[in-house]
Amino acid sequence: MVLPSISPYAIREATPVDLFEYQGKEFFAQFGMPVSPGRVAFTVDEAVAAAEELGTPVMVKAQVHTGGRGKAGGVKFAADVEAVREHATNILGLDIRGHIVQRVWIEKASDIAEEYYASFTLDRSAKKHLGMLSKEGGVEIETVAEENPDAIAKIWVDPVVGLSEEATRQWVAAANLPDAAVEGSVDILQKLYTAYTEGDCDLVEINPLILTPEGKVHVLDAKVTLDGNSTFRHESYEQYDATQPRDEREEAAHAKGLQYVGLDGSVGVIANGAGLAMSTVDVINQVGGSPANFLDIGGGANADVMAGALEVINNDPNVKSIFINIFGGITRGEEVANGILEAMQRVDIEAPIVIRLDGTNADEGRAILEPNLNDKLMMEATMLSAAEKAAELAR
Amino acid sequence: MSIFVDENTKVIYQGLTGSQGSYYGGLNKAYGTQVVAGTHPKKAGTDVDGVPIYASVAEAVEATGATATCIFIPAPGVQGAVLEAAEAGIEFIVAITEGVPAHDEAYFFNKLKTDFPNTRLLGPNCPGIISPGKCNIGITAGHIAQAGGPVGIVSRSGTLTYQALYELKQKDIGVTTCVGIGGDPVPGTSFIDCLEAFEADPETKAVMMIGEIGGSAEEEAAEFIKHHMTKPVSSYIAGVTAPPGKKMGHAGAIVSGGKGTAAAKMEALEDAGVKVGQNPTEAGELMAEIVAGL
Repeated sequence: MVLPSISPYAIREATPVDLFEYQGKEFFAQFGMPVSPGRVAFTVDEAVAAAEELGTPVMVKAQVHTGGRGKAGGVKFAADVEAVREHATNILGLDIRGHIVQRVWIEKASDIAEEYYASFTLDRSAKKHLGMLSKEGGVEIETVAEENPDAIAKIWVDPVVGLSEEATRQWVAAANLPDAAVEGSVDILQKLYTAYTEGDCDLVEINPLILTPEGKVHVLDAKVTLDGNSTFRHESYEQYDATQPRDEREEAAHAKGLQYVGLDGSVGVIANGAGLAMSTVDVINQVGGSPANFLDIGGGANADVMAGALEVINNDPNVKSIFINIFGGITRGEEVANGILEAMQRVDIEAPIVIRLDGTNADEGRAILEPNLNDKLMMEATMLSAAEKAAELAR
Repeated sequence: MSIFVDENTKVIYQGLTGSQGSYYGGLNKAYGTQVVAGTHPKKAGTDVDGVPIYASVAEAVEATGATATCIFIPAPGVQGAVLEAAEAGIEFIVAITEGVPAHDEAYFFNKLKTDFPNTRLLGPNCPGIISPGKCNIGITAGHIAQAGGPVGIVSRSGTLTYQALYELKQKDIGVTTCVGIGGDPVPGTSFIDCLEAFEADPETKAVMMIGEIGGSAEEEAAEFIKHHMTKPVSSYIAGVTAPPGKKMGHAGAIVSGGKGTAAAKMEALEDAGVKVGQNPTEAGELMAEIVAGL
């Protein structure tokens, strides 16, 4: 089982949505960007059929939510159908950085003269959109940034003003792209910005953006991350939800609308607010315990949400004790207390629970819990003492 | 003194007629905040527990002289609500709503900066601001905050903001103002904005700053503290023991440029002379030591 680590993005922004390369290319194509024709395949036979339909030569490309596919043997050139069969057989099922390849993208092969890099993302520090363009594409851009930062031309775009054609031309000139690539790049970069803004993306990245020997600029790879908070205005984004990588525990939590990240310890964590949940994980570690997860039940948690959270934690066989750490702002203490009691009736929770409850209506919440306390349900006055108790119970 | 708000601040609630708005608007009013109006385009002329509802922020401002607003509108309407408030001349906008798209936040942040430079936005996705005993705008439980001073609090995390207030109250330490700036990608008010205001406030003698992993706001704050703050600061960064984050594409990694881990933030803060605690309790204890030595 793959246990993703806590990323600041995973917990802070409501679940960013990562697209596979082929989904990203379909997304880019909707905005008029030139991508190669291709088919997604889940089996070797489907891969072969796709290659026959497209006509060889083709590329066989692993579709996984991680980088380094090429180095791991997940991207292969196939001159004929037999080669497609061979490569698809090898690539499907391959483990790339913990991600098992379940689908490949079969794409018409392109001739490459030059490789560039282009992206847009939000620069949180400048509070503007940041475009990056480099003549040195096709390699890890971090390496370029470290070794030759001047090779990356940056442009900061005020979202109110937008990206004009003139500004795009200056940007392309700053990146020193050859004359043959200028017109095509300006066109693609403007469309890329439109896709980025209209599509509510956290990130759009093309690496490589290529110049063909015929002088055409073309999108050869696509990395797209959508803002999970924007789905209310993009109905079509629901389709991407099913292809997000999650372990079983995370899938169950996701189905209940909970912010959950699996860890490998034995103290189950339920807290309200990302900061407090992170802090709870910290404190458990600091008192010598080992957290089994990060779970933020959010601001508006009620009885149902708490019950759902306890069910998810209860299904994790590694959990030996549960620490519920609630500081009520928008969450009211009596709702939390009722939720815990209701969940304990609904589910047979094996691990002992340690509760720390403070904030809005904490006294009311504690009064509800008080008569129900026993060796399966304990209450502690402070975050630190509750963490110590939970860590001790998990030993 | 307090920063940004005080006992004279008149506040409009956009979304007062909704369940969250009426609940917290009611709590804020009971706390003593001057809750003077609510807005709803179709419910003008009605009231929520005696607080009159106007059709627009402009009408509410004209009728009441309010200078602040608190937004409890669902995420899709937040951009419209922020811009409506700014156009009506509101000076201080508190947006509580979570789940606002990052592109909306980037848009209205820059729009305010260019067209409404005198309007301050706090949030979105923040608990609000409380100046204990004077004014409470948002969702902070008033009873956990001790009035007076000498400490100012600024925090990026909602529940850790409460934790900080609570740690100080248990030590009988008062707070001038506690500002929850929220943890979204483009917060309207930054750590530095608050540090600057606390530095200028004569009643605030020390500042507690609560950060978390991700982004570079804490590192920027550390730079500011190093060069511009004379008042002592204690801090806690949540996520100290979080495993290294997974990358979200290459562009994101470059923007953060190696910054963003709790260790990097703590180092930057310590380098700026900040007392950094390993958990909220320890940060509270460090602040108690600072206050005892004032």
